[in-house]
Amino acid sequence: MLTLLEHIGRYFLMLQKTFGKFTKGKILQKLIFQEVDDLILRSLGIVSFISFFVGGVVAIQTAINTDNPLIPQYLVGFATRQSIILEFAPTFISVIMAGKVGSFITSSIGTMRVTEQIDALEVMGVNTYNYLIFPKIIAMTLYPFIIMISMTLGVFGGYIACITGGFASHAAFIEGLQLDFIPYHLTYAFIKTFLFAMLLATIPSYHGYFMKGGALGVGKASTTSFVWTSVAIIVMNSVVTNILLT
Amino acid sequence: MIEINQLSKSFEEVKILDKISTQFEKGKTNLIIGQSGSGKTVFLKCLLGLFTPEEGEISFNGQPLSEMNDNARSSLRQDMGMVFQGSALFDSMTVEENVMFPMQMFTNVATDEIRDRANFAIKRVNLINANNKLPSEISGGMKKRVAIARAIVMNPNYLFCDEPNSGLDPKTAILIDNLIQEITKEYEITTVINTHDMNSVMEIGEKIVFLEHGKKEWEGTNKEIFKTDNQAVSNFVYSSELFKKVRKVYLDENS
Ligand SMILES: Nc1ncnc2c1ncn2[C@@H]1O[C@H](COP(=O)(O)OP(=O)(O)OP(=O)(O)O)[C@@H](O)[C@H]1O
Ligand SMILES: [Mg+2]
Repeated sequence: MLTLLEHIGRYFLMLQKTFGKFTKGKILQKLIFQEVDDLILRSLGIVSFISFFVGGVVAIQTAINTDNPLIPQYLVGFATRQSIILEFAPTFISVIMAGKVGSFITSSIGTMRVTEQIDALEVMGVNTYNYLIFPKIIAMTLYPFIIMISMTLGVFGGYIACITGGFASHAAFIEGLQLDFIPYHLTYAFIKTFLFAMLLATIPSYHGYFMKGGALGVGKASTTSFVWTSVAIIVMNSVVTNILLT
Repeated sequence: MIEINQLSKSFEEVKILDKISTQFEKGKTNLIIGQSGSGKTVFLKCLLGLFTPEEGEISFNGQPLSEMNDNARSSLRQDMGMVFQGSALFDSMTVEENVMFPMQMFTNVATDEIRDRANFAIKRVNLINANNKLPSEISGGMKKRVAIARAIVMNPNYLFCDEPNSGLDPKTAILIDNLIQEITKEYEITTVINTHDMNSVMEIGEKIVFLEHGKKEWEGTNKEIFKTDNQAVSNFVYSSELFKKVRKVYLDENS
């Protein structure tokens, strides 16, 4: 059994080798397009769905829990915006993506390991780290766009919920949205989104690449990968928040 | 020509290969035989450089593997073809793309010419009407053929096959064996095959290395294996009544 420290060491060695000998440009380009499709485009549906409805629920919860005549109506818009931009979209969606994108990455690399496709590439002289992991890292640099969409739809969902449920007027919600807007909060949100994207691309790759055991191992590796990716995201979140916001 | 000198390999303190020395000649089908778990795949992966042995030396045409730098190793790799135990085809690519892959990866030849050469290899292994199919859509025997085509498309000097006919019916198994032998002769390749198929041993065993518990227990040709008085190899090869009879007939005819 490897200790946690050995895993971390092997993970960083993996990253180093990923940026070692590069795969031929034309092939790499094709792989990157494939990954953008698999990891980014295929995630849009679920992210949009979740963001819209959770945004709505956040707004409703804020409204009914602050049902006090002393608290102004615009607070709902303000609170929805803050919680979605600061935490829900970047962090919560990333944990969901650790399940979706993460287990996809682990199982696809893991299957290649089990069926000796990785060995076959290696025998040909391919740098398998670069071939398998680098395109995923590049594709995941587009991940902030997913989060941008999530933020937009989350706030929009909150707005729709307020208007249709009569929790706040159009004017009050919009006023709340614009209240005390600090652009740095967006910078902070996107810095951590980018870091989460890198975790989402690399930790599941690690678990797939170094998995052991047959087809059963692939399922086990996907589960372990989800656990560790979410743990890493949560830890990274508190570290980054401590550094950037305090 | 591949020379192996005192090769040892362990996993977590368990010795899998123990001081194996032998050599494999060019233009010959060399067989590694032995029970399941005797270390055949590990041995082949050491030759391929996928595993690093703790002890011993492997030389390709007189060049020791351990003395090669990265460039020499990667050009050696492009001179090797490997057929894996489960074929190891890339399942996101069609048959034709699988065979084209090594050339696309390592040569700057135009795509049309790559396609021509891939199709030449595909024809050579007698695959028809499969170019646009995915690996999941073809039979086990066809997969082996694709794997062989992919292994020979770069005209390698070394060909390694890990149980190329396991899981195939007897007729297809013989066809695959014959195909590998023909290709070996035709292109003067040094071929190393792992097998526990006794048909292959009798038919294409120009040199046979018998492994038991990680040690080389016996080596010789398919003629010699009939006459050997080595108990371990006899027990393994002639474990079935049928092959005991084959041996008897052979010895009677040749005495
Ligand atoms: N990567 C590995 N890590 C640890 N042990 C391994 C590894 N690969 C193989 N082994 C062990 O080495 C031994 C030999 O395995 P190997 O796969 O070479 O057998 P084999 O002769 O090819 O068997 P088969 O005919 O079933 O394919 C087995 O006991 C196996 O458990
Ligand atoms: Mg084997």
